[in-house]
Amino acid sequence: MSSTFAPPEALTKVPFHYCPGCTHGIIHRLVGEAIDRLSIRERTIGVASVGCSVLAYNYFNVDMQQAAHGRAPAVATGIKRVLPDRVVFTYQGDGDLASIGLAELVHAAARGERITVIFVNNANYGMTGGQMAPTTLLGQITTTTPSGRAVKEAGYPLRVVEMLATLEGPVYLARVSVHDPANVIRARRAIIKAFEVQLQDLGFALVEVLSICPTNWGKKPVEALSWLKEHMLPVFPLGEFRAVS
Amino acid sequence: MKVLMKGNEALAEAAVRAGCRCFFGYPITPQTELLEYLARRLPEVGGVFLQAESEVAAINMVYGAAGAGARVLTSSSGPGISLKQEGISYLAAAELPCVIVNIMRGGPGLGGIQPSQADYFQATRGGGHGDYRVIVLAPASVQEMADLAVLAFELADAYRNPVMILGDGILGQMMEPLELPPFKEDLPAREWATDGCRGRARRIINSLYLDAEELERHNLRLQEKYRRIAEREVRWEEYLTGDAQVLVVAFGTCARIARATVKAARSEGIRAGLFRPITLWPYPYRQLQAAAASARAVLVVEMNAGQMVEDVRLALEGRVPVHFYGRTGGMVPASGAVLQELRRIGGVGRVQHVRPA
Ligand SMILES: Cc1ncc(C[n+]2csc(CCOP(=O)(O)OP(=O)(O)O)c2C)c(N)n1
Ligand code: SF4
Repeated sequence: MSSTFAPPEALTKVPFHYCPGCTHGIIHRLVGEAIDRLSIRERTIGVASVGCSVLAYNYFNVDMQQAAHGRAPAVATGIKRVLPDRVVFTYQGDGDLASIGLAELVHAAARGERITVIFVNNANYGMTGGQMAPTTLLGQITTTTPSGRAVKEAGYPLRVVEMLATLEGPVYLARVSVHDPANVIRARRAIIKAFEVQLQDLGFALVEVLSICPTNWGKKPVEALSWLKEHMLPVFPLGEFRAVS
Repeated sequence: MKVLMKGNEALAEAAVRAGCRCFFGYPITPQTELLEYLARRLPEVGGVFLQAESEVAAINMVYGAAGAGARVLTSSSGPGISLKQEGISYLAAAELPCVIVNIMRGGPGLGGIQPSQADYFQATRGGGHGDYRVIVLAPASVQEMADLAVLAFELADAYRNPVMILGDGILGQMMEPLELPPFKEDLPAREWATDGCRGRARRIINSLYLDAEELERHNLRLQEKYRRIAEREVRWEEYLTGDAQVLVVAFGTCARIARATVKAARSEGIRAGLFRPITLWPYPYRQLQAAAASARAVLVVEMNAGQMVEDVRLALEGRVPVHFYGRTGGMVPASGAVLQELRRIGGVGRVQHVRPA
């Protein structure tokens, strides 16, 4: 029996374009598995954002809309309000969600939109070649913080889940990571829950997934995984910040 | 049966009757009555009304809702329409039908809240990025605010394209009797909508084409559609143009003023006529040329510093002198002032002079 390794039906057979070792692929798979597990593929509409995952519409085997940079939560709101019995999710990077699209995100969360947001935090702008993101760590070198992110010029990293946890609209908020198998299993559970609360019509759900960008971090994938563990976990603690009892 | 309504409310009610069950918007004067009317009206008919956090969010909600298959409306005024431009470019590129209302106020910047027509360039030239077109309809009465709302939804669906209704603060705020359109029951099927792939192949709504050849093909297809629209959908109105020696060209509120002026000029023996474009894109170039056949001078009247006048010059190709009279900032051209201009350019033997914009 090797059914655990069969690709989820909710993913197409199109090969990913992601760099070798990039964890976007794992996160896609977890989302696909959650959709399969809940048997919602034929009533799910996904919203792809702008970033390395812009081509997500090629990979998720569901109806998809591609949104402008940062606007996925507004697009998802439009879909969900028209089709309240469908399942709507967005898949967004940290530049997309936490920088240009922060207003759309926060207001969708505050309204308690019944959508599921998958937020991939890789501490930089992957697609445009490794610039600073709002989630870039202090001291982290990026192409636009060549001597490391300094507080005086660039301020502090944004903790999105903690910020959203001050609102009443979200019903499920979690931060997970995919740097080792045990965490991948936890991430899978969190993503399933984030869809379940939508199926129960409870409110807004977001899962932040810490992810690596070996290409722009200038690290081999294995080194990148340990860098995530060592440097990102202290700034971005894992756990459920809001969950339904 | 005629009812008495404000232009903004007439447009809103007509949208509901045209099958629109979905509105996303943000408050701004002078379009706020439209938003407030729908906040009350849409829930009555089981529709969606959402006050968005910004015009940026509103237009992207329109994108999602249109992609999900709804007849969807948003409305704003200059500063908000500027914010919507990114979304409008995406809507045009992804070929999503929707109706966008701009009840124009004076600009640039925060400008003022008085009526204006200063967003003509933005509306007809595409305020967003890329080679795209938006159908632009210019009502000139409360009745037309309603009628063109119905037409806007039909054109949007027929061509899978955003349609803009370009009104101004006067048309939005004034009350006139009108005949409301009937309720539309059956809407066209949307075989492209992303509403869940049960029993069919999945669908994608997208505007990204990373391959240059593919993007060019997409653009050529869009251009072909725009050509079709330009061929079939030009709309205009003429008043006493048959023998006109002086032709006034104006749209919206200015066309109402111009009409009164043309009448007054006729009573003085000036053979004046009025040409009123109803579609600002596609612009009635050929029709204007024909209407100006007997004209010795043309006067364009606008509530801006001279925008549509460029299309008039394009249409007339230098065959007739084209003069301009405009007021800006919320000032409305007075009929008397327009008449004076008409006398100046239409009166025999007088020097042709027009006050610069
Ligand atoms: C309005 C706009 N501004 C800028 C860009 C350029 N751009 C494309 S992707 C991107 C950053 C994406 O980074 P992130 O969201 O962190 O995703 P990642 O690529 O890291 O997965 C930027 C700035 C754009 N497409 N649109
Ligand atoms: S640039 Fe970074 S985030 Fe993008 S695919 Fe490559 S490794 Fe992944």
